[in-house]
Amino acid sequence: MLDPIKNMFAPGGPFELLAFAPPGWGGNLLFGLLRSLEVAGGAYALALVIGILGAWGKLYGGELIRDLLQIYTIVVRAVPELVLILILYYAVPQAINSVLVASGHERIVPPPLMVGTIVLGLVIGAYMTEVLRGAIKAIPVGQMEAAKAYGMPAGLTAWRITLPLMTANAISGMANLWLIATKDTALLAVIGFGELTLSTRQAAGATKEHMTFFAAAALLYLIISILSGRIFAFAERWSRRGQAPLKRAAI
Amino acid sequence: MKSLREMTKPHRLLIIALVLAAVVWCAEGLRWDWVGEYWASGVVLEGLTNTLWIWAISWGAGLFFAVWLGLAQAAGPWYLALPAKIYCSIIRGTPLLLQLWALYYGLGSLFPEFPWLRSSFLWPYLREAWPFAVVALTFSFAGYEGEVMRGAFLGVSRGQLEAARAFGVPRLTALRRIWFPQAFQRALPTVGNESVLLLKGTALVSTISVLDIFAVADQVRSDTFITYEPLLLLAVCYMVLTGVLVLVFRYIERMFPARVA
Repeated sequence: MLDPIKNMFAPGGPFELLAFAPPGWGGNLLFGLLRSLEVAGGAYALALVIGILGAWGKLYGGELIRDLLQIYTIVVRAVPELVLILILYYAVPQAINSVLVASGHERIVPPPLMVGTIVLGLVIGAYMTEVLRGAIKAIPVGQMEAAKAYGMPAGLTAWRITLPLMTANAISGMANLWLIATKDTALLAVIGFGELTLSTRQAAGATKEHMTFFAAAALLYLIISILSGRIFAFAERWSRRGQAPLKRAAI
Repeated sequence: MKSLREMTKPHRLLIIALVLAAVVWCAEGLRWDWVGEYWASGVVLEGLTNTLWIWAISWGAGLFFAVWLGLAQAAGPWYLALPAKIYCSIIRGTPLLLQLWALYYGLGSLFPEFPWLRSSFLWPYLREAWPFAVVALTFSFAGYEGEVMRGAFLGVSRGQLEAARAFGVPRLTALRRIWFPQAFQRALPTVGNESVLLLKGTALVSTISVLDIFAVADQVRSDTFITYEPLLLLAVCYMVLTGVLVLVFRYIERMFPARVA
């Protein structure tokens, strides 16, 4: 049943250049996609940690912590990701090495995958801080007051009131950030990290079939974004269960 | 703006002192001798103007298309809503860098198949890189804002439009006088944010050999082998531009009445 599809990728077929094995470049593209997803996943996880700590610090931290976090989010959001990535791409290995040397270890050349992940995580973490902070602030005051009136301890309030109510508010912003994470991995192409966009350009340059490869890469990115959009939409529906639906206008 | 009393709290004074120390260290400990030479050659100013007008054209044209994309999705029949939705998903689902390269390298590779292009009036533009940059950024901004405008159009309360219908206001007039102004006001904070994103997106055009401010910094780095200094100055540059943009949008937002139904 799959034969007609296989034949399209066979030599002589319309998509022979996209075949998985070497005369075709499909394998390279898929490998690039894998590297993109690895970086995006790692960066997103790091951003979540930064975001949770940052939001907590901004809302409940002392004045010094709040101001420092404010500087971090403002600077990161005001400077283009490309510039930040370039600066941090040199600064992060230096920082890692100075820590290693200070603690009596050998200098290392950190793998580009790790540097890319840390850099993107630091960038997206600033946005995540704002998303989570906004989501926590959007919780109706009455809910927290009710928890307090029932004598709920702080930890239990966070777990039973803040977290569920915040999740519903945060998910659309978090979905956006995941899409930004997957798309920002493309910027690592500029510093020579072999993710999907760079693999695409190499394949296109080598075969002179630019349109084929750019369309294929766009399709791969789209599949990722549509799939993750579905998952996040499901998560938002799940987290909003029991809440009244929003009313809409029509002319 | 924060009051003087707010700014002179002990921890703020500490932060200000630290920032000043960092600035002094940067000024003394790093190399800045290249700045005068590049400023005098005018290339810095050229890069800055290129960044600014590429931003301005993409912003205006993108927002114009976005209104129609949003309207098509919010109120259009399916044969307009569906293509608009597909367009927005494609733009929002793929990286700007890929779109830019697809336009520049992809479309550029197709030109030899149309020999008549060489003699047409378009050729002087197609030979340059900046039209591709402007078109890619416009498409991208339109896609993102189209989605924002869709939400904003849908967010205007139903009663406003029903009242217009009840008064017998024609549909187009209702759109012009009631629906669009309220939707735009709703969209303003997001448009402000996205304008900053567009400004940051202009940094990518240097990858297709457009001489924007980022390309100037890159050129300095490859000429002088200085790693950090041009990038730091560039970051400060973008922070100033973003700051101005944010202030302008805050001013515009305040021109609208704060409370509507």
